[in-house]
Amino acid sequence: MAWAMTTGKTLAEKVLARHSGNGEVIAGDIVWAEPSVAMMDDPLGPKMVQSELRRLGNRIKHPERVVVISDHCAPPSTILQADLLTLTRNWAKEYRIQRFHEYEGICHQVMVEKGYVRPGDLVVGTDSHTVTGGALGSFSTGIGSTEMLGVLVTGQMWFRVPETVKVVWDGALQDGVMAKDMILQVLGDFGSAGLTYRAVEFGGQAVREMPVDQRLCLSNMTVEGGAKAGLIAPDEKTFEYLSQRISPEELESIEPLNADPDAVYSQRKQYSAAALAPMVALPGNPADACAATEVLGERIDQAYIGSCAGGRLSDLAIVARVVKGRRVAPGVRLIVCPASRTVYQQALSSGILETLYESGAIITAAGCGACGGGHSGVLGAGEVCISATNRNFKGRMGDPSSQVFLASPASVAAAAVEGKISDPRAYI
Amino acid sequence: MEFHLSGRAWKFGDDIDSGQMAIGQYTRQGVEVYSAHCLENLRPEFPREVAPGDIIVAGRNFGSGSSRETAVLALRHLGVGAVVAVFFSRLFFRNAINLGLPVIECAEAIHIDDGDQLELHPVEGRIVDRTSNAAYQGLVLPSHLLEIIEAGGLVPFLEQRI
Repeated sequence: MAWAMTTGKTLAEKVLARHSGNGEVIAGDIVWAEPSVAMMDDPLGPKMVQSELRRLGNRIKHPERVVVISDHCAPPSTILQADLLTLTRNWAKEYRIQRFHEYEGICHQVMVEKGYVRPGDLVVGTDSHTVTGGALGSFSTGIGSTEMLGVLVTGQMWFRVPETVKVVWDGALQDGVMAKDMILQVLGDFGSAGLTYRAVEFGGQAVREMPVDQRLCLSNMTVEGGAKAGLIAPDEKTFEYLSQRISPEELESIEPLNADPDAVYSQRKQYSAAALAPMVALPGNPADACAATEVLGERIDQAYIGSCAGGRLSDLAIVARVVKGRRVAPGVRLIVCPASRTVYQQALSSGILETLYESGAIITAAGCGACGGGHSGVLGAGEVCISATNRNFKGRMGDPSSQVFLASPASVAAAAVEGKISDPRAYI
Repeated sequence: MEFHLSGRAWKFGDDIDSGQMAIGQYTRQGVEVYSAHCLENLRPEFPREVAPGDIIVAGRNFGSGSSRETAVLALRHLGVGAVVAVFFSRLFFRNAINLGLPVIECAEAIHIDDGDQLELHPVEGRIVDRTSNAAYQGLVLPSHLLEIIEAGGLVPFLEQRI
């Protein structure tokens, strides 16, 4: 269609055009595309695809594009988890997967730390939070295990090119207000399904000024609104982040993509970052968000820092600022699970872990931890937790009668000190 | 291809996340175990009483959250014949098609009552409620997805092509 030739394209449209071999694609098109990277984790990766892969010829088309990361079950708390790690490790060896990692942290964090996700890439992974990688200007999305099997065998999968919602954050955040508060506000406005089948493109001053560490949280939680991808155009911060992780030659070879100024968005939403106050998602639904002031004083049993939404260095740093010289409230436990061993090491050498330790925090091994109810901080019947993680569905972190409030790492830290939901700005 | 199925409707609400169908605490223990807990936190009788061919009828955003296709495997293991919902999360929708579980998106699904006897025509997207004598038209799947469903899922679909 002639008019389509002159229409500006979104970042999502451009990435899908590049990887589907089409000159251009437009929202609504169905395309077959070749992912640049196919990432599998322990619960939904090799274990789920192994037998059917044999049925389909037992050959991976592009093993060099495959990444396998065991994170949910490492370190294991049960024999079944230990066996799953063994299976995953053996599978990676059998199929000569060079990029295999375990005990190094959460797959989405390891993916960006190792430089496996690059601007303009098309990334798929067997975990819904694969959307995290969109923060580096890639189109990154979660897929099911059988879908992954198709990618392994054919190197391709089909995509419906999504419409894009543009979310702009003007101005600067107040101190103590974080990316997590921004995404909870967005989820509260769009609802648990308001972004279904859509891509989100974030922009504006507050996003530009934000370190990559925090941008990852914005992209990470777009899936809680049903989104397929959460993208942030690559800029000098993106390339600086990558330059610390990949070789100058690799950096040079990246051909970044950006949205056209006249790109067509299905919806635009503008926010003032300065006006944003700490947010909380009420137990049961990450999109059931409200200002933290509405639930101030709510008693807690556990405060949890961690996950691919809230366990990075900048998250741990703000927690240390809040708890420095203070103690975790009696009867409350503060559990800190760094997102990766690299984050752990950086927090260790910069003194953050010592500050956390002195406040009474319990520091666990890097990984998925208790976020999905796996281990190291699972909730018992009737317990109440405030958590820097991304999901609070019924029973997600433990007993179905337990309750999880989602909030920023700063808010979780303030609640740990007070023993109840509090405003972190008083502690900054 | 014309195929239809019939069964009793099990009604669920909005935003049923995939972690309710395959509860994290049980997923490592195999499909026999986790399917026995499928949706129990919402309707404790469901995993015990659901019969082969029964149909889940849900509201908005069915299968939200985790990408786990163990959610689909649990339903399939219990013999669930199909899922009708106002709309699906994209991950559940793709997983269901890839594993050959028929899904029909239909805004009028909210009018179906729990326990109604349904007849479904997944290829045409047609739903007949034998109890209330009503018929509803859901969305018809695009042709590339019908091909996968007709093959019985993505694995048999790929098997035919390699």
